[in-house]
Amino acid sequence: MPFVNWLKRNLVVIAGLLTLGYLLLPNVIVTVFSFNKPKGRFNYQWQQFSLDAWKDPCGVSDLCGSLSVSLQIAVWATLGATLLGTLIAFALVRYRFRARGAVNSLIFLPMAMPEVVMAASLLTLFLNMGAQLGFWTILIAHIMFCLSFVVTAVKARVMSMDPKLEEAARDLYAGPFQTFVRVTLPIAAPGIAAGALLAFALSFDDFIITNFNAGSTVTFPMFVWGSAQRGTPVQINVIGTTMFVVAVLLVLASMAVGNRRNRQKA
Amino acid sequence: MTNQTDPTGDVRLTGIAKTYGAFTAVHPLDLTVPQGSFFALLGASGCGKTTTLRMIAGLEEPSAGTVSLGGQDVTALPPYKRPVNTVFQSYALFPHLDIFENVAFGLRRRGLRSVKKQVGEMLDLVQLGEQARKKPHQLSGGQQQRVAVARALINHPKVLLLDEPLGALDLKLRRQMQLELKRIQTEVGITFIHVTHDQEEAMTMADTVAVMNAGRVEQLGSPADLYENPNTTFVANFLGTSNFIEAEVDSRSGGEIVLKAGGGKLVLPEARCSAPATAGGKVLVGVRPEKISLTHADDAGEIPEGRNRITGKIADSSFIGVSTQYVVDSPVCADFEVYAQNIDRDPRLVPGAEVVLHWNPAHTFGLDAAQDADAGVEEAA
Repeated sequence: MPFVNWLKRNLVVIAGLLTLGYLLLPNVIVTVFSFNKPKGRFNYQWQQFSLDAWKDPCGVSDLCGSLSVSLQIAVWATLGATLLGTLIAFALVRYRFRARGAVNSLIFLPMAMPEVVMAASLLTLFLNMGAQLGFWTILIAHIMFCLSFVVTAVKARVMSMDPKLEEAARDLYAGPFQTFVRVTLPIAAPGIAAGALLAFALSFDDFIITNFNAGSTVTFPMFVWGSAQRGTPVQINVIGTTMFVVAVLLVLASMAVGNRRNRQKA
Repeated sequence: MTNQTDPTGDVRLTGIAKTYGAFTAVHPLDLTVPQGSFFALLGASGCGKTTTLRMIAGLEEPSAGTVSLGGQDVTALPPYKRPVNTVFQSYALFPHLDIFENVAFGLRRRGLRSVKKQVGEMLDLVQLGEQARKKPHQLSGGQQQRVAVARALINHPKVLLLDEPLGALDLKLRRQMQLELKRIQTEVGITFIHVTHDQEEAMTMADTVAVMNAGRVEQLGSPADLYENPNTTFVANFLGTSNFIEAEVDSRSGGEIVLKAGGGKLVLPEARCSAPATAGGKVLVGVRPEKISLTHADDAGEIPEGRNRITGKIADSSFIGVSTQYVVDSPVCADFEVYAQNIDRDPRLVPGAEVVLHWNPAHTFGLDAAQDADAGVEEAA
C-alpha cells in the first residue's frame, strides 16, 4: 500500500498544513474581498476585481478618524499598562510584603471576569463619579484590562531570572540605577516586549468594554460593528489586510534582526 | 597591580555576626586575613561560611561587628563601593552581554572609556582571548568559570572572594581549575578568600584554612597544621579520617603524658594535647590511619621499643592499588582504620588475622574527651 505508507510518513506535515490553513483562511478571505467591487452595500459576495478601495482607504466617512482614535488609545494604553505592569511584576516576584498573595490573585481578576460584566460595572462607576465618557474613560478601561496580561508576561520572565545576576552587578560597581538599566531591564526585556505586544493587540481590537464606556467617541472596532448593520464598506477589508501585512512584516523583520545578531556572535 | 608591601592591606573581621530571627548563622567572629594570602573558609553546608563571605562583599549586612579592608572600615558601604569582587558559585555571568562586555563591566561602571587593552590582557590571562565575542551560554562550564574569575580580577580588588567557584565542575576539571586559580593568585598577588566544603580543595589551594562549624571557626591554621594537630574531633574528622581511643591519664613526665587504654599504655607528647590532662582524667587519643604500621601478632617481638601499640584482629581489608585499607577490631576501639602503603605486602594480613598496631608517639594527638568522637564524620562524607 504505497499510499498508506506515504500518508504515514507525511501525517505530521499534513496535519500541520491543515491547522495552518484553518488559522489563515479568515485572513485570506478578508484580503481577497478587499479587492472586491460589491453590488449594493454588503461586501459578502464576490463580484469583480477592483482596486477602488485600496486607492481610497479613507473614502468612507469616519473610518480613518475611528482608526486614528483606536491607534492612539492602543499606543497610550500599551505604554501605561506596560509601565505599571512591569513595576507590579517586579514587586510581586522580588519583594515580600503584606497582601502580596491577595494582589497576586486580584491581578488575574480582569482576565477571569466576563468582559461584559466588567464593562457594565465600569460604566456604573464612571457614571457615579460623573466622569465624561470618551477618550479618557476608554483609555483608563484599556490600561486596566491590559495590566493583568502584562503582569503575567513580565512575571514569568522575572521569575526565571537569577537574582545573583543583580548581586554580581552590584559587586561590580553598579549602583541600584545602573544595575536596573544595565542588567535587570535588558534581561527582562523579552518579557516586557511580549506584554506590550499583547496589550497593544488587546486594546486595539477591544469592542465590548469600549462600546460601554465610549460615550460619543467611536473606535475602529465600534465603527466596523456599526457599519455591519447598515452595509460593510470594502475599506474595512483594506484596513484589516494592512494590519495583517504590517504584523507579518514586523515578525519577519524581528526574525531577520535576531538571525543576523546570532550569526555575528557565533 | 596592588601594592604587596602595604602593611594595611589585611581583611579584618571584628566581632562580626549574623542572625536571621532566632537563627544564628554566624556567631561573633574575629578573623584577620593577611594581605596577599590564599585563605580558605572550609565547612559543611549551612556552617556560615558563605554568609561570612557575603558580609565581606557587602551583599549581607552583619547583625553586629565590623569589616575593615586595609585599615578602612567598610561595614556601612554598599557592595558597589567596596574594593572587593566576588566569583559566584553559579558564575552569574550576564547572559545578554558577550564575554568581552562581561569582563569589561566593572571597568565601564567606574567610568573607564578605553577598556580594550585591559580586557584583552585579562582574557589572555585566563586563556580565553579567542572567545571574546561569544555569549556565556556558548562556553563550557570551565570556560564560564574562568570568565567569572577574569570579570572579578580585572578590577584589581583588594580581595577576591570565591564562593564555591568549582562546585559545578566535574572532578577532573576541578583539579585543573584548582591549579589554575592557585597560579593566577600567585601571579597577581591579590588576597583570595575561598569558600568551599571540599577539604581536599581547601588543603591543596590555601595557605591558611579556617574550619567552620555551626557558625563558629573551630580552628585556623596551615593545612598541614590542621591535619597534624586538630584541636577538636570535628576538625580531625572533617579533614581526613581519624581513629579515637578513650584513655585515662596515668602520669606525666618530661613533656610526655602516659595514658592507660584497655590493658596497655600509650604515650602522648604534652604539646599535642589540647585538653587539660590531670592524672585520672579522660582524654581522647587520636591517630591518623596512615601513621599506623600493622604487624602480624607472630612478629610482635620485632616491633622497636618506644612505639605506641595496641592489639586487634583484622575485620576487613580493601586493596585500592597504592595502598590497602584495613579495618581492625581492637578492645579499645571498634573500627580502627589503618592505611598501609603496598611496599612489602605481608600475605598473612587477611581478615581474621591477629595483629599489633603500632605508631610513633609523636603522631598521637590528644583531645578533650567531653566531645562527640564522630563529630564532622557525616559532613565530610
